[in-house]
Amino acid sequence: MAYSDKVLDHYSNPRNVGALDKSDPSVGTGVVGAPECGDVMKLQLRIRDDGVVEDAKFKTFGCGSAIASSSYVTELVKGKTVDEVLAIKNTHIVEELSLPPVKIHCSVLAEDGIKAAIADWKKKREGAPAVPAQKKTA
Amino acid sequence: MKTPIYMDYHATTPLDPRVLDAMLPYFGTVFGNAASRSHGFGWEAEKAVDTARAQVAALINAKPKDIVWTSGATESDDLAIMGVAEFYKEKGNHIVTQVTEHKAVLDTCRHLERTGKATVTYLPVDTTGMISVDDLRKAITDKTVLVSIMFVNNEVGTIQPIAEIGKICRERGVLFHCDAVQGASLLPIDVDAMHVDLLSLSAHKMYGPKGVGALYVRSKGPRVRLTPIIHGGGHERGMRSGTLNVPGIVGFGKAAELAKASMADEAQRIAGLRRRLHEGIVSQLDEVYLNGHPVHRHPGNLNLSFAYVEGESMLMGLNGSVHALASSASLPAIAVSSGSACTSATLEPSYVLKALGVGEDLAHTSIRFGLGRFNTQEDVDYVIERVVTEVRRLRDLSPLYEMAKEGIDLASVAWQRE
Repeated sequence: MAYSDKVLDHYSNPRNVGALDKSDPSVGTGVVGAPECGDVMKLQLRIRDDGVVEDAKFKTFGCGSAIASSSYVTELVKGKTVDEVLAIKNTHIVEELSLPPVKIHCSVLAEDGIKAAIADWKKKREGAPAVPAQKKTA
Repeated sequence: MKTPIYMDYHATTPLDPRVLDAMLPYFGTVFGNAASRSHGFGWEAEKAVDTARAQVAALINAKPKDIVWTSGATESDDLAIMGVAEFYKEKGNHIVTQVTEHKAVLDTCRHLERTGKATVTYLPVDTTGMISVDDLRKAITDKTVLVSIMFVNNEVGTIQPIAEIGKICRERGVLFHCDAVQGASLLPIDVDAMHVDLLSLSAHKMYGPKGVGALYVRSKGPRVRLTPIIHGGGHERGMRSGTLNVPGIVGFGKAAELAKASMADEAQRIAGLRRRLHEGIVSQLDEVYLNGHPVHRHPGNLNLSFAYVEGESMLMGLNGSVHALASSASLPAIAVSSGSACTSATLEPSYVLKALGVGEDLAHTSIRFGLGRFNTQEDVDYVIERVVTEVRRLRDLSPLYEMAKEGIDLASVAWQRE
């Protein structure tokens, strides 16, 4: 498979790899995908009280396109408001990275990941008891 | 050191230069049709084909006349299975095979099932990829006409107990077909001692050219009959019509001769390289799992699952894709393959690993290293270094590795599935 230069660049030099403190009330964490499906993305956003994303981190288990999609999306969301982030569509990621049809699900996962991170942040703000996003409740 | 390193010898092998030398005249001055009986051009071509027939036959201890030339092992498998099913349809309609066969066998069996021409039993394999001979014995019925079990698996390298299987088939009066594409150049095959009746071979898996294969068809004790699948002209004892690919056949013959002459030494050398590769990797990385049989495996096969690292992302780090970027342009590419879904057309992980009971999560992380004739110790050391570097880098990127290190049981996580 031929990869676009942008996918190769993000794969080789992924941006914003790492983790933010899950227990920090200003941090939203989204974990999407499943190991047996071959991709899992963890996206974390630190969001200011005024709703602006000030930091983003990711870790991804998946193919090069999945790594590139999550790396790109962390760049994309920084400095944006929550509403702007929620308006991001996977098709934007597909276009930016020139993903082939067989890799569109990678962009969908990245979109789901940022949305899950924001949902987690909102839940924390509403004062609901924090449920770790990736743990099954017994 | 910029030459790419080829470690995918199960997919295909490079042509040995000695094979190419043997073939060249047959692209030039010696161009006759081996079926032309009326002049020297034909006689010369026929002579070359006869020499090759003897060379390929010698590799498996067969009689030269029992070798039928084909276009490759897929055709050989098709001819063996379809040919037996059709010819012996009055005798029975049951075939026994196993779940990790090559698609050339499995798809042919499914075709016979779909068209109502056969019922097929697919024997399971254990976690090492081995069938149980007891299962086989029980699966044979009075309607069974053929057993088709491969010699060496192309993904995980497991070697099936061919001699035992052959003995059972002979005792029960059932024909035995063996797809011996993998391993025929490194492991001794004796069709008489192993009681094999039909055996598929491919030239390009043993340093010969692509587009030529053979089917061994036993002519005596018992005489095996086949209904042809390609008609016209009655070449190859009527079993496979069509003008012979003389240069290809000459190359196949030479490749078989070279394999027979170097087999013992080469198998030992390659197994040594494989051991070095395996030890070099597992001594530096945790959670690396061997797929296939720990002992009964192809000398050049190493199939490993690198937990928490998806196979395609690993290939991308090794195969030269990223060399488009100047920073790593000086690194030689490494050619290996993966059982990950992302590398397959169907987006399903390897059916072979699944049959061995390897979980889908680990199947996605599998890499197959296939070592062969032209690999060196230097290649192996370089591959170890690159694999270790890539796995560490990708594990630093992997949320699964992070979670596992935090002590989270990944099996208990409620994953959000697509």
